[in-house]
Amino acid sequence: MASTGVSSSEMVLLMEDPSDNSNKKKLGVFFWICVGWVGFVILLAVFANLLPLPNPTFQNYLAPQNAGPGWGHLLGTDDLNRDILSRLIYGARVSLVVGFAGALIGMIVGGIPAMISAYRRGRIDTWLNTASYIVLAFPIIIFLIVIITFWGRDLWKITLLIGISASPLVFRVIRASTLSYAQRDFVLAAKSLGASDRRILAREILPNIMPTVISFGLISVATIIVIEGTLAFLGLSVEPPTPSWGNMLYEGSTLLTGGKGQTNPWLVIFPAAAMFSLLICLNLAADKLRGYFDVTEVKL
Amino acid sequence: MSVLLEVDDLHVTFATPRGPLQAVQGVSLSLEQGKTMGIVGESGSGKTVLSRAIMGLLPRQTATQTGSVRYNGQEILNAPNSELRRLWGTQIAMVFQDPMTSLNPVLRIGQQITETLKLHLKLDRGEAKETALSLLMQVGIPSPVERYDAYPNQLSGGMRQRVMIAIALACAPRLLMADEPTTGLDVTIQAQILDLLATLQRDRQMGMILVTHDLGVVATRTDEIIVMYAGNVVERAPTRVLFSKMSMPYTEALLRSTPRITNPSHTRLVTIEGRPPDLSAPPAGCPFAPRCPYVQDKCRNAKPPLTPSSVPGHSYACWFPLGTGDRTDDKAGVA
Repeated sequence: MASTGVSSSEMVLLMEDPSDNSNKKKLGVFFWICVGWVGFVILLAVFANLLPLPNPTFQNYLAPQNAGPGWGHLLGTDDLNRDILSRLIYGARVSLVVGFAGALIGMIVGGIPAMISAYRRGRIDTWLNTASYIVLAFPIIIFLIVIITFWGRDLWKITLLIGISASPLVFRVIRASTLSYAQRDFVLAAKSLGASDRRILAREILPNIMPTVISFGLISVATIIVIEGTLAFLGLSVEPPTPSWGNMLYEGSTLLTGGKGQTNPWLVIFPAAAMFSLLICLNLAADKLRGYFDVTEVKL
Repeated sequence: MSVLLEVDDLHVTFATPRGPLQAVQGVSLSLEQGKTMGIVGESGSGKTVLSRAIMGLLPRQTATQTGSVRYNGQEILNAPNSELRRLWGTQIAMVFQDPMTSLNPVLRIGQQITETLKLHLKLDRGEAKETALSLLMQVGIPSPVERYDAYPNQLSGGMRQRVMIAIALACAPRLLMADEPTTGLDVTIQAQILDLLATLQRDRQMGMILVTHDLGVVATRTDEIIVMYAGNVVERAPTRVLFSKMSMPYTEALLRSTPRITNPSHTRLVTIEGRPPDLSAPPAGCPFAPRCPYVQDKCRNAKPPLTPSSVPGHSYACWFPLGTGDRTDDKAGVA
């Protein structure tokens, strides 16, 4: 072995070339299409004011009522002569704000206690763990309906409530993930070098559970958008005439069977398609990311 | 030379579902500044538990520790973590067994070294990086600038252990605990790492405790050796004395089971028959009795205390030290 005359530094380079990407995992085209679509929807929602769109609540009596897709109104109009495309884009704001902000709140409210609980163990962990099971056994939507009915339907209240109601599940996922790292040697090594618990959690464990945080976060966004849609469909999200995909679906559903003497399937098809495409993209992106980050110890 | 570390009658007991497990049963030792002590024993002899108990790294909920551990005269056994944190890294540091798992897989090497520098020495980014690079150089890492930005999985085992040593030494500790620092490495690298540790220990005048199962490892690199078996110190002596006046059959058995390069090829490896005793139900007599080739009736009934021999600094726990008893083939309980 020593007779080959290779110095130790060359040896290292021969064995492991850091720039060798040959067996690197790829995220794939699907992932980028999905991320692109979510990004596109976010951009539209953010810059809706700058787009040449009619006001989403403007009842334009010069426009046709319940029109199908056409040149004047790309996606047609609803029964109050409002532009569906405009309502769809402004409605995305509600879904996206509730979805992303709600998931963030859930991550903070559920995730931080989860990390501490899993790292410290002991009695606190037992209590929080039991509490999360109890809360999870309770139907979230009923809890939300009750609170929102009494407290009000402002966007921030809905976001906060959905975020908090998502936290028990976040707690379970992050706790499990933290547990698998809390006993690792590198955590003990960091401790033996004088790192505080907070430092160990933030600098040693958090980077390791980040893949879980990100992919579960994206799935939470999707789930929360569905919950908001459900609430809106029940008339418990933002007040009309402010558009949201959920209340558009609700309004459209009354026109599906000619309930008001009119029919307009487009009013259901477009918000449903928007919600479906956003959710499937979020879920696919989350799944691809999870697979991408899922590095087994063998590969390390 | 001043005494750096003093351990007195240290007991560690773990609460397990099968009852209390006495992993360390009354160990005493003392280490002077600038000296190296070897702790030798096979797996399960309590050497890792002992080193972690000295560090104060055992989980408090499950491990009960009694006795005394004094660092520089200060009692640190069962001290609160907040107090220990002032010693960890800056006064006492540890190199762990497995370099594959003791580095954080998702942080760059540089980040992991500068972390402690920033924490303890309050260095800024630039200073920390400079210090880290010089540390990497000191532990013999080629092209440290490139390695600084590498992830652990891009380095070989030997390189990773060098990085671990660099991290442990970053804040110039006065006591270095090395828990089987070469177990996961191949033989040529083992020697390099041990020589590196010895050099650094000499240059920095550190106290070092080298925990290993390999008597060969400690033979040339330590000032004193403690042989542990089943949570007990069974023999302790200055290194040279131990190899010339070996008194405990277990020490002899350990030495005989070390393969020798001078042996002809295909020599059968000598093993120690049987297994260490169950520490949740320790035997009444000498813990090594069931496996001892020299065992007598007395050994099975009474546990021998650690008694000093005629040579200063040498003591052993055996009723019939080597040379006094006859080898018996009566090895009850061993298949």
